[in-house]
Amino acid sequence: MSTMAVPDVAVAPVDEGFWTRNRKVGLVLLALGLLAAVLFGALATDQQARFTLSDDAAGAALEINGTIGAILFGIIAIAAGAALVAGVPKRWFVTVLGVGLVGFVLSFLCWQVSAAPTGQNFMPLVNIIRGTFILALPLIFGALAGVLCERSGVVNVAIEGQLLMGAFSGALFGSLSGNVWVGLVAAAIGGAFISLLLAVFAIRYLVDQVVIGIVLNLLAVGVTGFLYERLMQTDATKYNSAPRFGNWNIPLLEDIPVLGPALFRGNIFLYLGLLLVLVIHIGLFRTRWGLRTRSVGEHPTAADTLGVKVLRVRYRNVLLAGVVAGIGGASYTLALYSFTKNMIGGKGFIALAALIFGRWNPTGALLAALFFGFADQLATYLGAINSVIPSQFLAMLPYLATILAVAGLVGRVRAPAADGKPYIKG
Amino acid sequence: MEPGEIHALLGENGAGKSTLMNVLYGLYQPDEGEILVDGKPLKLKGPSDAIAAGIGMVHQHFMLVPVFTVTENIMLGAEQVRGGIAGFLDRRRARREVAEVSERYNLRVDPDAVIEDLPVGIQQRVEIVKALTRDVDLLILDEPTAVLTPQETEELLTVMRSLRAAGKSIVFITHKLGEVKAIADRITVIRRGKTVGTASPEASRDELAALMVGRNVRLTVDKGTATPGEPMLEVAGLVVDDDRQVRAVDGVDLTVRAGEVLGVAGVQGNGQTELIEAIMGLRPVLAGTVSLGGDRIDGWTTKKVLRAGVGYVPEDRSVDGLVKEFSVAENLVLDIYDRPPFGAGLALKPDAIATSAKERIEQFDVRTSSADAAVGTLSGGNQQKVIVARELSRPLKLFIAAQPTRGVDVGSIEFIHSRIIRERDIGTAVMVVSSELDEVIGLADRIAVMYRGRIIGIVGPDTPREEIGLLMAGISPDAVSERADAAPTGGAATDGGPASDAGSASEDEA
Repeated sequence: MSTMAVPDVAVAPVDEGFWTRNRKVGLVLLALGLLAAVLFGALATDQQARFTLSDDAAGAALEINGTIGAILFGIIAIAAGAALVAGVPKRWFVTVLGVGLVGFVLSFLCWQVSAAPTGQNFMPLVNIIRGTFILALPLIFGALAGVLCERSGVVNVAIEGQLLMGAFSGALFGSLSGNVWVGLVAAAIGGAFISLLLAVFAIRYLVDQVVIGIVLNLLAVGVTGFLYERLMQTDATKYNSAPRFGNWNIPLLEDIPVLGPALFRGNIFLYLGLLLVLVIHIGLFRTRWGLRTRSVGEHPTAADTLGVKVLRVRYRNVLLAGVVAGIGGASYTLALYSFTKNMIGGKGFIALAALIFGRWNPTGALLAALFFGFADQLATYLGAINSVIPSQFLAMLPYLATILAVAGLVGRVRAPAADGKPYIKG
Repeated sequence: MEPGEIHALLGENGAGKSTLMNVLYGLYQPDEGEILVDGKPLKLKGPSDAIAAGIGMVHQHFMLVPVFTVTENIMLGAEQVRGGIAGFLDRRRARREVAEVSERYNLRVDPDAVIEDLPVGIQQRVEIVKALTRDVDLLILDEPTAVLTPQETEELLTVMRSLRAAGKSIVFITHKLGEVKAIADRITVIRRGKTVGTASPEASRDELAALMVGRNVRLTVDKGTATPGEPMLEVAGLVVDDDRQVRAVDGVDLTVRAGEVLGVAGVQGNGQTELIEAIMGLRPVLAGTVSLGGDRIDGWTTKKVLRAGVGYVPEDRSVDGLVKEFSVAENLVLDIYDRPPFGAGLALKPDAIATSAKERIEQFDVRTSSADAAVGTLSGGNQQKVIVARELSRPLKLFIAAQPTRGVDVGSIEFIHSRIIRERDIGTAVMVVSSELDEVIGLADRIAVMYRGRIIGIVGPDTPREEIGLLMAGISPDAVSERADAAPTGGAATDGGPASDAGSASEDEA
């Protein structure tokens, strides 16, 4: 090598000035904290806000005076916001932001719980956590299906259809056979069937992936709706009375306070969903399969020149995505409800939002799904205590959060570079 | 190919060099014929067969995943795994292997660096290491010097010599005659998909060029002396950001006079693109002024700038210069389709468009089946001629050409260059931006060298190449004379043993 100076060609970054993105976020948090301390503090009553560690009003509880709590937690949010504005090291940013947001939510809850009708000034934490996970479950499966698909470079808008087809075939074949496991396998195959169509049209025939995804969603609604009316409605006992997975209590873990009863007395789908997050995360970042999947999603030509079979990797991942989403659909019909027309009702699209909000990472997707699940559960709870906050307002949260995420307000969101681009050799 | 040989494959753009090598690397399938390795015919179904046969390739556009680390890129496709069917990556072993190879061939790379943070020269090094870890005997380098500074090119040639010394064979694809003469043991010239001759490195530049093009071409641009007039374009204190909001142009002052060619030289990505786009109104000006013949034009829309008498050949013709699906005739009036005689009110006048298209196809020697053919079906050179024809068909005060001959065959280069000079001679101010130093030197009356968003020096066209090369690498004029003296000895002193031996050996041959 020569000693000749060959400086890199990068140019000096622009000086952002005092108002960096982190500081702006801090300012917003500060404003939210002020709102919480002043408004929630004023609206909260002197009732004790009880957060019970059980399913109902009974048992031990964390208690705080409503007004004091609303103001106190508001002040925590203000402090976190002020810290961000003053400037904290980059690695502390997420933690401080998290503390601030939790403070804001708790302040809000103190107000709501203390202002609830007399006798209902409690929030059962076990119930809320369990509900959050149950509502998040289809989102977790759906978002994982998205991760599998999109990391290999195929946009998966068909999550809704995959979930629906999984739910339907799980119900149908579970009923016909009377065996939950047969239902589960059928659900996986049902999801994979929609995936197969997606794969063939997107990979083989190069159809626009978003368009084919939407079409497949409509197809799934149509096919299952038609069969539902023709079969299930005419003879529900034969075609729509699938056996259900019961709850499995996990020894030892179920005795953990609050978390035990909330999480470790669940059904197979809950455990499977959480396990899949872990498996897919490790798979993507630690294994050969993951390296190849990511390379195909980022730069398929480069992968091809190294002997990676681009199309084969994509087919395999899209099919796997269908299997995962299909099982997610069965988490409805093989555990909770019998099949009804269009029963997924847009959850597939929220799963897509969770995928983006979670930055195409399995763990990120899990956290996003839980956040959306919590918003959903909170809406139910607030409805039950006759809150002044309309439940539609909370139902809006997932989409609002996604818009903010995509707009880049929570850090740079970067999709796999080749996501949605068909690979044509040569 | 012999073992331990550097074989240059020379040909103009579109001659079929890259296609041939892609067949050799298994990316394309041959329609006929066969490939022999060690006397045995070889059937390549894909790149993995080629790798297994000991053939590696460094592509013109690097085949690296930008968000992966160096190690991840190198292990992809040949992963070392543990844990049976689960296939956990053995990163430690891969990292060790990278370190070993880069040590052995003196190709320093940081195994944990992320590709997109690395400069182009280093990325190329990663590509070479990637091929070497796969134990190749034959390395194909496809236009490796297109994106390098002269100094980086020199380093690459040193690396190639040390690989040759280690017994590797190298196919070196290029259209740059100087490099071929500097390093090749044998030269094969390809034209229109056929081998037209082999030559030794002793052959003269003109002989090689004649073989390449099939007739004698002038390598230098024929031009008289310029008669510069009044300043036409004046840029002062210009500051512009790139797409990522990173400062790309950082206080540029420039003047282009009527009747002269100002060449802008520099390695790609030093702000040339943003400079021109800011002048054209395609990119916001953050500070500073741009004036055309005394009128401030910064803040104007692009349309207004064009109408004020500015012609513009964008650097990426397929993205910014042409609408590929449109016909040649339509592309020829993209700038003035709404003006008489081509448009009136809401309607276009197809007859007028067709007539003028016919004329200009004739004038500018555009080789197309018809004026109605989609412009995307034309060869690169002819596409470029369509753009030049369009832009030069208006009365101009200023003509800006960015990479006017990139990916264009030699015949078209000659034509485009003569057109640019003709435009200068009728009194237009001309600005040529090119990463081909020879092109800038050939055309320009004055050369401005850009480095990291600034004009690091303005020199005359008679300045030695090496001096401009140093400027391109950011070594400012004061230091140039010292560094130019120190460079050769400094380079040799740090070379590894085999590398410097090979280096001096090949210089003797040449």
